[in-house]
Amino acid sequence: MNKKLDWLTIIIYFILVAIGWLNIYSATFSGDTFGNILDLNELYGKQFFFILVSLVMIVIILSIEAKFYERFSGVIYLISLLSLLGLFIFGKNVNGATSWYAIGGMTIQPSEFAKAATALALAKYLSDIQTNLQDFKDLLKAFGIIALPALLIIPQPDPGSALVYASFFFVLYREGLSLMYLIVGLLAVLLFAATLLYGPLWVCIGTAILLALIYYFGNRKKKQVRLINLAGVLLLATAFSYSVNFIYENIFEQRHRDRFSLWLRLEDDPAKLEQIRKTIGYNTYQSESAIGSGGLTGKGFLEGTRTKGDFVPEQHTDYIFSTVGEEWGFVGSTVVVILFCLLILRLTYLAERQKSAFSRMYGYGVTAIIFFHFAINVGMVIGLLPTIGIPLPFFSYGGSGLLGFTILLFIFLKLDGNRINEWM
Amino acid sequence: MRKILLSSIMIIIAIVYIGRLSYLQLIDNTNKNPLNDTAIKAVYDYPERGHIYDRNGKLLVANQPSYDVMVIPRDVKPLDTAEFCALLNISKEDFVRKFKKAYSYSPRLPSVFVPQMSKAEYASLQEKMRKYEGFYIQKRSLRHYMTEAGANVLGYISEVNERDLQNNPYYQSGELIGRQGVEKQYEEILRGRKGVKFIQKDRFNRVIGPYKQGIYDTLPIQGKDIYLTIDNDLQEYGERLMVNKRGGIVALEPKTGEILALVSAPSYDPDLLVGRKRSKNYTELYYDSIAKPLYDRGLLAMYPPGSPFKTVNALIGLQEGVIDESTTFTCYHGYRYGRGAFMGCHCPSGQRNNLIRGIYESCNAYFANTYRRIIESYPNAQQGIDAWENHVKSFGLGDYLGYDLPIGKSGKVPDTELYNSYYGENRWFATNTLSNAIGQGEVLTTPIQLANLTAIIANRGYYYTPHVIKDIENDTIDRAKYKTKHQTTVAPEHFEPVIDGMHEVYKKGTARWVQVPDIEIAGKTGTAENFTKIDSVRVQLTDHSIFVAFAPVDDPKIALAVFVENGYWGSRWAGKIAGLLIEKYLKGEITRTDMEKFVLEGSLQEEYDKPLSGKPFKINDGSKQMYPPGYGPYKPKSNSGQ
Repeated sequence: MNKKLDWLTIIIYFILVAIGWLNIYSATFSGDTFGNILDLNELYGKQFFFILVSLVMIVIILSIEAKFYERFSGVIYLISLLSLLGLFIFGKNVNGATSWYAIGGMTIQPSEFAKAATALALAKYLSDIQTNLQDFKDLLKAFGIIALPALLIIPQPDPGSALVYASFFFVLYREGLSLMYLIVGLLAVLLFAATLLYGPLWVCIGTAILLALIYYFGNRKKKQVRLINLAGVLLLATAFSYSVNFIYENIFEQRHRDRFSLWLRLEDDPAKLEQIRKTIGYNTYQSESAIGSGGLTGKGFLEGTRTKGDFVPEQHTDYIFSTVGEEWGFVGSTVVVILFCLLILRLTYLAERQKSAFSRMYGYGVTAIIFFHFAINVGMVIGLLPTIGIPLPFFSYGGSGLLGFTILLFIFLKLDGNRINEWM
Repeated sequence: MRKILLSSIMIIIAIVYIGRLSYLQLIDNTNKNPLNDTAIKAVYDYPERGHIYDRNGKLLVANQPSYDVMVIPRDVKPLDTAEFCALLNISKEDFVRKFKKAYSYSPRLPSVFVPQMSKAEYASLQEKMRKYEGFYIQKRSLRHYMTEAGANVLGYISEVNERDLQNNPYYQSGELIGRQGVEKQYEEILRGRKGVKFIQKDRFNRVIGPYKQGIYDTLPIQGKDIYLTIDNDLQEYGERLMVNKRGGIVALEPKTGEILALVSAPSYDPDLLVGRKRSKNYTELYYDSIAKPLYDRGLLAMYPPGSPFKTVNALIGLQEGVIDESTTFTCYHGYRYGRGAFMGCHCPSGQRNNLIRGIYESCNAYFANTYRRIIESYPNAQQGIDAWENHVKSFGLGDYLGYDLPIGKSGKVPDTELYNSYYGENRWFATNTLSNAIGQGEVLTTPIQLANLTAIIANRGYYYTPHVIKDIENDTIDRAKYKTKHQTTVAPEHFEPVIDGMHEVYKKGTARWVQVPDIEIAGKTGTAENFTKIDSVRVQLTDHSIFVAFAPVDDPKIALAVFVENGYWGSRWAGKIAGLLIEKYLKGEITRTDMEKFVLEGSLQEEYDKPLSGKPFKINDGSKQMYPPGYGPYKPKSNSGQ
């Protein structure tokens, strides 16, 4: 069994978990003497315990017959949905979100496990010989599988975790979904940002110029670009831009506007900027400052002044990357980014080499989920993306999170290790 | 395409994120400085400023504690401003204004909110301060003056201004810096170096502990005590003698160049510029544009030197070999050097003067002859002036001298360039510059230069750069600058006849009125014409009274220059003051109490009021002035050349 496992992925996994734990230790450590790493009263002790649990989980996952995951994906998905539903009755409210079950001294967050279940179910459904993504009905069903858990998660409320389900787009795209969906989505985001930055009038003028260029060069290359289509696009863009503007100015509340104005850096009045830094932008500002103060090589392990002073909120969970930035500097944070990049590239490669469609699609789901988490989380911590609260895989403090990602990843590694035997 | 989309996006995002990280961590420097780190607070430990002693070890300047209320605007929480203002004794408007100012300086660095509270104010405050977050009390030390004299020498300290903050990164808002005088010149020695402790804080502003176990912390370095060359008794006495007069006194020890006294009148009590009253008093002193108490006349006032400069021409004449001790010139109640060009003199017509008599009678004609011989011994006047200028400059004239006080004037020694610009290229002759012969031409000197000139004569030909620093506590730095002998271009033997002449000035010449029992003085009186503008009309005022002297003649211990604005003639005020100071310094007591009484009670205020009165007035008018018995008016026959 062991020889068939992809050890590169496993090594990256353990490196990330180890670095993650060290940073959790630094972010939650207080006092002068090194504490017992198994002290369950401390967060780093708890996290260490979860790592041990994850190791046990890995052994269990790898011991189970690979076919089990495909065969029981529907059941797993159902259980997962039920666990999400159950939160409405038995859920425990922590920090305003009812996302946890409390069992004894432990809390479990089912949404962290629902991702793996959804990935399994989606892969199962798509790999079914009768499913055809070109068929709108089948596509709608696939969307349904993805949307169901997301819709259950949104009212917890945990919109960040729900947003993760958008990453399944990559699976659908790999299996034949038109790229138009992505392009339209990206264009909408682009138009939205451009409208806030430059105002709707300039956006329309810019779009018109762009379309004119497309028309001109398109026709020169003898491709038929219909004027009427371009006019339609322009009309749509204009309508979209003006409605964005209207919604932003009239329907959004100030706190929403502040969020976007922080993200796109719309505010240049120093007094207001200072105000934003103290309120809505506090997290981002502190996180950027902490990372910036790290310099090239960082302040050293346990030496981060802002980490020690607890200046960055949620530093051991969503903002754990700022500890990396402060204590390990540019070198350390770049290493982490590269590790994630390697992991994603390796997983894509593994997914592509799968012989069974189920394994491939599940692999894609895993890759997309980890990628999405990484991109959104780090983007938020370094101030490039708006604040969306999702954890950094393998890094952020949290038993359910770590366990969820471990299960997600190792089911795929089990499937990958088993690919030779698939014919049997 | 479908297979590589995710990988491609991942690579792009990794590159973008690494780019962003390199901006945050490598390029943008706002977060690199530990002082900018919100998590770290620097706490300063200010060492005591060094004390200042006079040459005899008398303590002149010590310290007293003072307390500043400081503010870190960002840390301030909403507070009961009415109560707080009442506590600090400021108005609500003040509060708002000060807070805004502090905020615009920096929201996170401390600024002074209310400076320099007294100990009593502090006592009532310190308990209550705790409840006003963002405010705290910083102890500092202020100067405590043990003397009322020497304000111009000592200088003062005050809070750094924005320019200081920009120019010198050492200072932070609210710290003190030396201004003027010794405080400025020896700022870094007196100040020492503040210590700093970096303290790690959490986001609730609670202290967690020292930052990095204190590896960046520094201990304060104590300021060093310094000893001045000033003799405080002499300085004080000089200032007392100058009450109700304006002018300057510079007294040197010729053998070392040490400045014994540097008086500028009118002066002020240095204690006026301490603490919260400083700014009000400073403004008053600063805007007194009539008496100009902040103007250090001893260092800054430039005048034609008048007769004392004749000694320089005598020395140059001797060195150049154009005259000797026995050279005589006949005075024709003046000196005619061209058609309609006549320099008056008070000698009776036909009097034959040798060098010594020329000096003690201060004969203009004698030095006009000497000067012409000097210049005309060269092929042309230009070369003559070049040679003459070279000699004059070797006496430290036309030069800042390099003494250790932060202000000064260079004075002026004319050269060929100057005369070329006046008369055209080489179109002038010795006679065009003849006023230089009697110190009334283009030559300008400051009192300290005159005192240094006198010290050179006392030393028979050399000087050490004048200085006020005698010793610095535990200091090994070599003050070689003040131990370098500057030799003049005139050989030592030529000084003897000139000194004899100056001794005669005191024995039987223009300064015979100021004789002091048992002390042999060599001196030279001087009178300087001066002008002012009243309603943009040039008006001549009563002459300045000048006297240079050293004593004892054989073993000079003190050389000084005294000048009294509008004092009429040399021996009338300056000579008497010089005599009293010499006696005070050499004997420690005054026997010429009659002379002392005259000077102490005498006032020139009436003279100073004249040009301001708006009425016509007479100058050089001795008739209305009082003379003690035995001091008849010595009426010069000419305004110039005394």
